[in-house]
Amino acid sequence: MAAPKSNVEEIRNRVILGEYGVRNVHTTDFPGNYRGYDDTWDQKKFEENFRVDIIEMDESTGTLEFDMVGIDAAIANAFRRILLAEVPTMAVEKVFIYNNTSIVQDEILAHRLGLIPIKADPRLFEYRSAGDEEGTEIDTIQFQLNIKCSRNPRATKDSTDPSELYLNHMVYTKHMKWIPIGNQADLFSEADICPVHDDILIAKLRPGQELDIVMHCVKGIGQDHAKFSPVATASYRLLPEISLMQAVEGDLAEKLKHCFSKGVIEIENVNGRKFAKVANSRLDTCSREVLRYEELKNKVKLARVRDHFIFSVESTGILPPDVLVSEAIKVLMAKCRRFLDELDSSQVD
Amino acid sequence: MATEEGEKKHALEVVQAEGSDDSCVTFVLHDEDHTLGNSLRYMIMKNPEVEFCGYSNTHPSETKVNFRIQTRGELPAVEPFRKGLNDLSGVCQHVLNTFETSMKTYKEQKEEAMD
Repeated sequence: MAAPKSNVEEIRNRVILGEYGVRNVHTTDFPGNYRGYDDTWDQKKFEENFRVDIIEMDESTGTLEFDMVGIDAAIANAFRRILLAEVPTMAVEKVFIYNNTSIVQDEILAHRLGLIPIKADPRLFEYRSAGDEEGTEIDTIQFQLNIKCSRNPRATKDSTDPSELYLNHMVYTKHMKWIPIGNQADLFSEADICPVHDDILIAKLRPGQELDIVMHCVKGIGQDHAKFSPVATASYRLLPEISLMQAVEGDLAEKLKHCFSKGVIEIENVNGRKFAKVANSRLDTCSREVLRYEELKNKVKLARVRDHFIFSVESTGILPPDVLVSEAIKVLMAKCRRFLDELDSSQVD
Repeated sequence: MATEEGEKKHALEVVQAEGSDDSCVTFVLHDEDHTLGNSLRYMIMKNPEVEFCGYSNTHPSETKVNFRIQTRGELPAVEPFRKGLNDLSGVCQHVLNTFETSMKTYKEQKEEAMD
């Protein structure tokens, strides 16, 4: 018994949000599954249907919101996973503590230093070769943190404010000094290599305590340690789709409006009667609140468009978010290339 | 049985049952996980010559993926594997181009709006 055409389209293109569960989640458009559809991979058809819409990019906060339409979840998810874990960055790896008389333990201090985002373009550096303890100019960045806390001789006698009583009692990332190795001084300037933020508090000191630390930064990926992840987070959601099956009017329309996020449902006045209409389903967070009410649940259909991904990428500041997305796509291409080369090298034999 | 020769670290191993022909093969991908596994599985499933395609990770502590392809008829399984990799590479290239073009247009529009 063939399903009606509109039903088939729905199964192929939409994820249905039901009252007790989410249906139609998996991609089913593979060759042979649907009669009358040719689902063989066609690069031309893909290129016709695919588009990327940039919604907003804010350089100062490092956020980027863009839409990818016409691609499958497997590939969109691959990009998301790569953004989180496989785009390389530079971060502090080896911490040489020559003197630490502060109250923060050595290992805690070293852990905190590792998590500081370091502004250095990782594409200009190489990975450190295995077994190399020293590090060369092409794979290492060196920082020094040398700070001693002392009593402020000019403080008033009965003040209790630490910032008045002590000098250098808060150790911030701005106290980290870049020490160029080899020819790095010619290639980079002070502004190119520094921590992303100047005001990250590393430790607190009191008079007599000091820190004398040398740090080596290396290139790594998030899979190895989360400090190497270049994004604060990268996520995507599917575009929601809300359809009204019947006209909803009057008080019921008001109730419907309150079931959704702000701006999703608007009330319009037609001949003196108030009707609800869907204004912007993109703003909805899909809480399915409307399905809790008997009088409303049969009038609305909640779904998500299966191939429309709303990506949100927030960078830590090392690289701008659009560069991160490009690098992530290149990483996936490099993975494919690696296996193609392996196949070719074994075929020749 | 085909294995890579000379290299100490193989990224790709091929496992085939005794007595079977080239059309049912399991590929072992080293240092890989769902990132490449799922996207490659999708591309290979889009090939009508493929009867079965699936992948799994052997153990969560190991970064190995077992990738099985069974083809219809006499087609050797490496063919859809190679085609899937090429297609995935093509998709990435197109996504990259489209993204960079859109980014360029967006930045230009923003420049104009500021002037």
